[in-house]
Amino acid sequence: MAKLRPEDLAKIAENMKRAMSLREGAGRARVTVHMGTCGIAAGARKIMSAAMRCMEEHDAHDVIVTTSGCAGLCSREPMMTVELAGQAPVKYVDVTEEKVKEIFAGHVVGGEIVTDYALAMGSERTL
Amino acid sequence: MNAYRMHLMLCAGTGCVSNGAYQVKEALERELAKHDLQDEIAVVMTGCNGFCAQGPVMTVQPDGIFYQLLSEEDIAHLVEEHFLKGRPVERLMYTPPEKEAPVPIMSDISFFQKQRLVALRNRGLIDPEKIDEYIARGGYKAMAKALTSMTSDDIIKEVKDSGLRGRGGAGFLTGRKWELTAKQPGNGKFIICNADEGDPGAFMDRSIVESDPHSVLEGMVIGAKAIGASKGFIYIRQEYPLALERLNHALGQAREYGLLGDDVFGTGFAFDITIHRGAGAFVCGEETSLIGSLEGRPPEPRIRPPFPAESGVQGKPTCINNVETWATVAEIIDRGAEWFSSIGTETSKGTKVFALVGKVKNTGLVEVPMGITLREMVFDIGGGMEHDKAFKAVQTGGPSGGCIPASLLDLPIDYERLMEVGSIMGSGGMIVMDEETCMVDVARYFLEFLRDESCGKCTACREGVDAMYQIVVNICEGKGKVEDIPLLEELGRAVQAGSMCALGGTAPNPVLSTLQYFKDEYLAHIEEGRCPAGVCKALITYTIDPDTCKACMLCNKNCPQDAIVGEKKQPQVIEQDKCIKCGVCRDVCKFDAVLVQ
Repeated sequence: MAKLRPEDLAKIAENMKRAMSLREGAGRARVTVHMGTCGIAAGARKIMSAAMRCMEEHDAHDVIVTTSGCAGLCSREPMMTVELAGQAPVKYVDVTEEKVKEIFAGHVVGGEIVTDYALAMGSERTL
Repeated sequence: MNAYRMHLMLCAGTGCVSNGAYQVKEALERELAKHDLQDEIAVVMTGCNGFCAQGPVMTVQPDGIFYQLLSEEDIAHLVEEHFLKGRPVERLMYTPPEKEAPVPIMSDISFFQKQRLVALRNRGLIDPEKIDEYIARGGYKAMAKALTSMTSDDIIKEVKDSGLRGRGGAGFLTGRKWELTAKQPGNGKFIICNADEGDPGAFMDRSIVESDPHSVLEGMVIGAKAIGASKGFIYIRQEYPLALERLNHALGQAREYGLLGDDVFGTGFAFDITIHRGAGAFVCGEETSLIGSLEGRPPEPRIRPPFPAESGVQGKPTCINNVETWATVAEIIDRGAEWFSSIGTETSKGTKVFALVGKVKNTGLVEVPMGITLREMVFDIGGGMEHDKAFKAVQTGGPSGGCIPASLLDLPIDYERLMEVGSIMGSGGMIVMDEETCMVDVARYFLEFLRDESCGKCTACREGVDAMYQIVVNICEGKGKVEDIPLLEELGRAVQAGSMCALGGTAPNPVLSTLQYFKDEYLAHIEEGRCPAGVCKALITYTIDPDTCKACMLCNKNCPQDAIVGEKKQPQVIEQDKCIKCGVCRDVCKFDAVLVQ
């Protein structure tokens, strides 16, 4: 292993950034794949893998990909929610691996909601 | 490192490991593989998380959900529900003592809420065996700064201005110690990391080394540059196998990266560290004894001056600091003296790590700002008294510390305030005691420890502590006399005055402070032949209250001496001549019918 110079520290830190920002829970965006029984049956596992691949392709270190339960609209599964920091969450329905790529590029990275696939913005009312 | 969507930060501190953390790890890996999640979710073994009472513990990131008391059987359900389907499992979360609903997010749990992590800044966040993770959290940045853009004087000034004081017990100003060592003429100076943590119930240093060994190494390199040392030692107890393993591993990695060796960071600065394993003598925590042991001599203290800063290892100027002090240094260099000195009290700056143990609900390892009150420690962080018994005292400073009573609960914790009330900061042990703790028995316990650990060099300590121990044993056995109290006080003062090192200098503290605040308990033993807390066996009798006894016979079945007799459906009776006062009957009784007097 090469001996380090002071400037190498920043490079190592950069390589580790994805892992570390995950642990600090601070992300620019959060992508939730809904993984209820219905979601899994409709192919949510593939959607998750596609989202993970997109994250690597875009080198999106500050994006958190996570799972959640059934969103209630089982007939439109697989579903995926994208939430940019400081913005209302957007729910996408009938997601396919192809659509994940477009949503990732357009919304997660580009910041523009992909209206063709989006169902609704905001959260459900609770209490 | 692969991109994962979730990190399971499983604690691999000694506490959690002995509660089965590795079995949990295997189960997690098995179950993750079963659901084909092994490439999406990583299991990361971290150092001690601090909440040892609830181990094995695990924090799920990025959500910060905290799971506790995990066992192998829970894992299949947990993996499927939370990690596959995204439904956190409430059953495995922590429920605060007063609440009914669990608190899922780690930072909402009162045990963690009041803590502020400086020395423990990476605990639970990094894998201690991966140097890259330490670097990713800003590690070795302060060392680069110190080696490339600061002079020795700059570093010393920064540490001095920060107000950092030695965390090993005496509380000497760290920057001042460095300055003294740096000023000495000549080459071949040494620095030492004192990792000989000997207080019963204390594990601050072990935990730092286990969870973040590089923080100690980084601090030592910065210190070496400041005082001009080219060689360092880490004196660590042989009884800390995991800490030793992690330290060796870290040293290897640091050398590979050129962070130790002949040309650190390519700056031409040369420094390396050797590990020295101690055999576990309490007196080796004292710096001149430690140096003796390091040189292969018996660990006995010597007269100071000359201080080690003037003449230490091989007669060369030597700077000794303890693990926690070294682990704090890099943060001070990185963030500046002003930041550090903004935390804490007038005379005690920054944060301090405590091992909070005893009769509180949440035991574990905590780091808090100096100046926090004992009440906050016991009732907020500690979650209050176990079984809601009454608080009696908190013992700080390890075996030679003192016991602080309930009337002083609002005392802010700093070096001076603890000293004023007859205790010491020590290295940060904190033992909470309830109404069922006998203070005379506590004094007896600590004296027994100190009597064993006295190196025997000074007559006052060797003979004086033993004499005090015999007197206190007599009091516990009901053979005490009223004259014993002034005699104990006199002996205590003599041992303090006639001992060369801090072991003897503080050894009478457990007796003197319990005499100061709990003299009534001593008098109850001596004058009334009674142990108010119901602990001292010679002075108590167990009886069964016939009105409360429900004749369940649980005590009868559990008594190891068959000393409990009674017919079925009749109140039970203890035969006093057979009773060995083990207390099992009282522990098993569900109706509080067994009385102690």
